[in-house]
Amino acid sequence: MKRFAITAALATVLGASAVLPAQAQESLTLKKIKDTGAITLGHRESSIPFSYYDDKQQVIGYSHELMLKVVDDIKANLKLAKLDIKLMPVTSANRITLIQNGTVDIECGSTTNNLERQKQVGFTTTIFVIGTKLMAKKDAGIKDFADLAGKNVVTTAGTTSERLIRKMNEDKQMKMNVISAKDHGEAFLTLETGRAVAFMMDDALLYGEIAKAKKPGDWLVTGTAQSKEAYGCMLKKDDPEFKKLVDASLTKAMTSGDAEKIYAKWFMNPIPPKGLNLNMVLSDEMKAAYKAPNDKAFE
Amino acid sequence: MYEFDWSSIPGALPFLWDGMKISLVITLQAVVIGIVWGTILAMMRLSSIKTLSWFAAGYVNMFRAIPLVMVLLWFFLIVPRFVETLLDFPPGSDLRLSSAMMGFALFEAAYYSEIIRAGIQSVPKGQIAAASALGMNYAQAMRLVVLPQAFRNMVPLLLTQAIILFQDTSLVYVSALADFFGASYKVGDRDGRLVEMLLFAGAVYFVICFSASQLVKRLQKKYHPA
Amino acid sequence: MGYQWNWGVFLSPSASGDDTYLGWMFAGFKMTIALSLTAWVLALILGALVGVLRTVPNKTLAGIATAYVELFRNVPLLVQLFIWYFVLPELLPTSIGDAYKQSHPVMQQFLASMICLGLFTSARVAEQVRAGINSLPKGQKNAGLALGFTLPQTYRHVMLPMAFRLVVPPLTSEFLNIFKNSAVCSTIGLLELAAQGRQLVDYTAQPYESFIAVTLSYVLINVTVMTLMHKFERRIAVPGYIGGK
Repeated sequence: MKRFAITAALATVLGASAVLPAQAQESLTLKKIKDTGAITLGHRESSIPFSYYDDKQQVIGYSHELMLKVVDDIKANLKLAKLDIKLMPVTSANRITLIQNGTVDIECGSTTNNLERQKQVGFTTTIFVIGTKLMAKKDAGIKDFADLAGKNVVTTAGTTSERLIRKMNEDKQMKMNVISAKDHGEAFLTLETGRAVAFMMDDALLYGEIAKAKKPGDWLVTGTAQSKEAYGCMLKKDDPEFKKLVDASLTKAMTSGDAEKIYAKWFMNPIPPKGLNLNMVLSDEMKAAYKAPNDKAFE
Repeated sequence: MYEFDWSSIPGALPFLWDGMKISLVITLQAVVIGIVWGTILAMMRLSSIKTLSWFAAGYVNMFRAIPLVMVLLWFFLIVPRFVETLLDFPPGSDLRLSSAMMGFALFEAAYYSEIIRAGIQSVPKGQIAAASALGMNYAQAMRLVVLPQAFRNMVPLLLTQAIILFQDTSLVYVSALADFFGASYKVGDRDGRLVEMLLFAGAVYFVICFSASQLVKRLQKKYHPA
Repeated sequence: MGYQWNWGVFLSPSASGDDTYLGWMFAGFKMTIALSLTAWVLALILGALVGVLRTVPNKTLAGIATAYVELFRNVPLLVQLFIWYFVLPELLPTSIGDAYKQSHPVMQQFLASMICLGLFTSARVAEQVRAGINSLPKGQKNAGLALGFTLPQTYRHVMLPMAFRLVVPPLTSEFLNIFKNSAVCSTIGLLELAAQGRQLVDYTAQPYESFIAVTLSYVLINVTVMTLMHKFERRIAVPGYIGGK
């Protein structure tokens, strides 16, 4: 048995997954959850209002709440009396690897479902639709992307916004200086301290950053959306059984109206840490996603 | 000028203290394992058995060639997968702390082994000859004669390395582990007070490391009055 | 499991379209070298100066030099970097700070990284230089003074030429450290080797290939520097001392 384990480990390292016994019928993730009585959830630390820490270091947010609903359904489906929830904070730089290597079973945060990522991980039904826009100081005179020519612009490394703005810079010869910050917090700090005139990111996250700013009244979200993107929860690729269960649970939440209630709680009401209301009305894309849940990437 | 606002610190103290405990735990265990494994590596390196000394030399040079950030990333993202499969661990356990600890311990061992090797070599060769003349074998000579003297000479260097290590624990941010620095950063990010929290973290590290290095200096004076 | 290995990823055109991913890695490699070398020059100059000051009889000068060394040795590099990059421009007078912050971001990142690495390393260099000077026999200084040299002349003509040759081997290891420490600068967005590696992961979702390539690049830098420094050490070793011929 030990020798098999070593072979398997080597196979993993060398990438020869074919050595492993095919287990197409049984979901490895579900089996693991059943055997260990525990599930590991990936969450973000400061993706307001999707998944973030409140001032007591508890994870909260729209995506997180949906994920907890899914966990309840998994527990019921596996007929488990008790299911331990382990929380694992992930960053945009390590989230894909942590799903791939099995550390995290499911991650609901603010991850865009796109074709490139689909090669490495699986995505559930879309939980949110965003547009990539700009945040700027109200009195800075920035209305749209055209106003950014020749200026410093910040975005977060590893996001679709980073690609879009770099491409736009090249295609339209706008001579912008694009700064890629490590995380949203750092990107906002770059904007706040005047290093950049605008911060390009998913609109919902921009509203989230405003919610924790020193003077929320100073900032606005503006510009024509450069892309529409679908957020999905990430799970391991090639585990259709597990995905089916999670998708069914999310679909139920959306068609039953539960998801919209959760939406209202996080986007239409005051939220921690500062009790600010994001006031983001439900978009047409979101209405469509709730009406006909699907796992299609926009890209 | 920037308007400073230190109000997030008092409420965050318990969380910051939790972070400090993680920094201390990682430092302490990396020092202990690092010294033990480092001593073994140093003796292997000085041994007359070629395979052992090559292994030790390869190990030490490899770890000293790679930035600590990269070592920690390897231990966080890649090594656990391998170990899980090898030892049949349940996958998905929260390995952030243990992988950080393992990464640090193995990394620091390479540095400690170099300090210890120099310490062993600082003991005059005649002592080993004298020990064997007294009928001791190599292991006894090492344990009873060479190592006690070598360690006495090395104590200040070993402690200084421990202070460096404590500072380096801030790099575990790569695995989203909330050590003292990570905790300060997270509080700053959450409240939009990064500037204040970074300055606060810097001040705390300075007070701790400066006091510790003054203690080391005193020890040094006590044992080696110049 | 089922990781799909794809080493060809390095040759595929990058997301910005004008380069391959290998080109990105090479750009990062060049940035790491440029940053480390400039920071090293800074560290050598400041470190030599501060190290000498620590050994002079003037209490004020020696005190300032000691405070400098303690400050930069006792705060983690990562924290220093964040302070140089994010905090310091805020402490400048508003007009100067704003003008600086409007300049090209890569320049700001490079400057903050270079100063941070340079000063951090200079404290360590200073300690080696001080140890080198203190290891010289006392007679050398006295002999210089007895010959009618002033103290600065004694340093300049007698002690320093000797001390610098003695400290080259310990400085080699600081030189190697500066390359490794430069990896920390990816945290403020400077696109050096480690950051390009991370960017590759973001864009291609092929983490293992990227980690391996970055790790091997650092090993390559390390081996090259060690070989060169070893040759240099042998050339300048002082006859009669350990390591000399």
